[in-house]
Amino acid sequence: MAQHQVNYASTAGLPIALTSVDKLVNWGRSNSLWPLTYGLACCAIEMMASGDSRYDFDRMGTIFRASPRQADVMILAGTLSKKHSEFARRLYDQMTEPKWVISMGSCANTGGMFNTYATVQGVDRIIPVDIYLPGCAPRPETLQYAMMMLQKKIRKESANMNKNTKQDLTHQTGKRARLI
Amino acid sequence: MRKYVPKGNVQKKAYYTDRFHVVPRVPRNEVEDAHFASVVSVLKADIKESYMELGQLVIHIDNRSNFDVIKVLKEECGYTQCSEQSAVDYLAQDNEFELFWQMLNVNEAKRVRVVCRLPQGMAIDSIESLFKSANFAEREMFDMFGIKVNNHPFLKRILMPDDWEGHPLLKTYPLHGDEFASWYEVDKIFGKAYRDIIGPENRDPSKIDIEDTKRFSRVGYEVPFGGEYNSDTKEEIEYSDTFLVNYNKPKSKTLDERR
Repeated sequence: MAQHQVNYASTAGLPIALTSVDKLVNWGRSNSLWPLTYGLACCAIEMMASGDSRYDFDRMGTIFRASPRQADVMILAGTLSKKHSEFARRLYDQMTEPKWVISMGSCANTGGMFNTYATVQGVDRIIPVDIYLPGCAPRPETLQYAMMMLQKKIRKESANMNKNTKQDLTHQTGKRARLI
Repeated sequence: MRKYVPKGNVQKKAYYTDRFHVVPRVPRNEVEDAHFASVVSVLKADIKESYMELGQLVIHIDNRSNFDVIKVLKEECGYTQCSEQSAVDYLAQDNEFELFWQMLNVNEAKRVRVVCRLPQGMAIDSIESLFKSANFAEREMFDMFGIKVNNHPFLKRILMPDDWEGHPLLKTYPLHGDEFASWYEVDKIFGKAYRDIIGPENRDPSKIDIEDTKRFSRVGYEVPFGGEYNSDTKEEIEYSDTFLVNYNKPKSKTLDERR
């Protein structure tokens, strides 16, 4: 027989859930991560596969958005050329806080096999990266794993946005530096 | 990784040669084909040298007559496609570029390569009014070699950014880029003041920085993630018993028959 009214009182005693604001906010943020529809090279093919029905990003609340204004995550999928670096950074700047970045594949991580004059040697030279995903190209499963690791990271951090905006870019020289 | 050798004099001296390497020479033959012979006779006044190479006709011309020669090839000899056009850097050798146009006659299934030499600093005439395909090809030649093209409708860089310095396909251009190229994205996005903060590019894929405790840790010298580099105190590693295999463990008794 269909029940028209959920009987809270009989199971848990009272219709109350206790939590902290951080946990509540991060629960919401981590379970609806919307990446930017932004592909640079062949890694983008794997990224598209991750979004399609076989691997199905949607079941994790991850839905690709066509505008940086609506996106939380930037997946840098592929080789970033120096000519394009300016536009990648502009898209990152247009994303609203809080925002996270996944560097997908060898080319985005380090420049990969493109050890040449025209390729950015690691996107972390211009954009602060949260998750580095190795592979050439990474399988869709590993991109989903990276997204789950990012969810874990978000759940651990403070919901206060000011803490998220400043991230270290110290790996290049070992100096303490900040890139906003 | 092979040791890096400066390649400034790459054309004068080979920096790497295989012990058994023999430079392949493509044989050059006399023009015997009737069609090509007629092409040569039509262009007789402009041709400096002509020969057959791999079934194609190659004609060397003066760099001032390229437009006229290609116009004749198109209108009188039926070469209605210019499939490729670019240049080769012979600056160190001769202080000249070699420019070539690869022409195709679809009806006869014949190809002609028009070749000319162009001293550095001189401009070549555009053939854009004959072949629209030459538009992008000439822009690419300008972008990659810095060869200027007269009468081009829109001579602008095509592959590299508009504010790029240098011409990457010159033999003297380093593969990893010059000073300008290596800081291009930092200068453009953040300004030169950020060079110190971001640091130079890491061009060595196997670079290990032991002071970088975020990405590397030394066995026995472990510090917390992102902590200070510690070179003094070596800590003995304690291995878990559960991962050790006891090879002296007495074997279990095997029954001869089922009880």
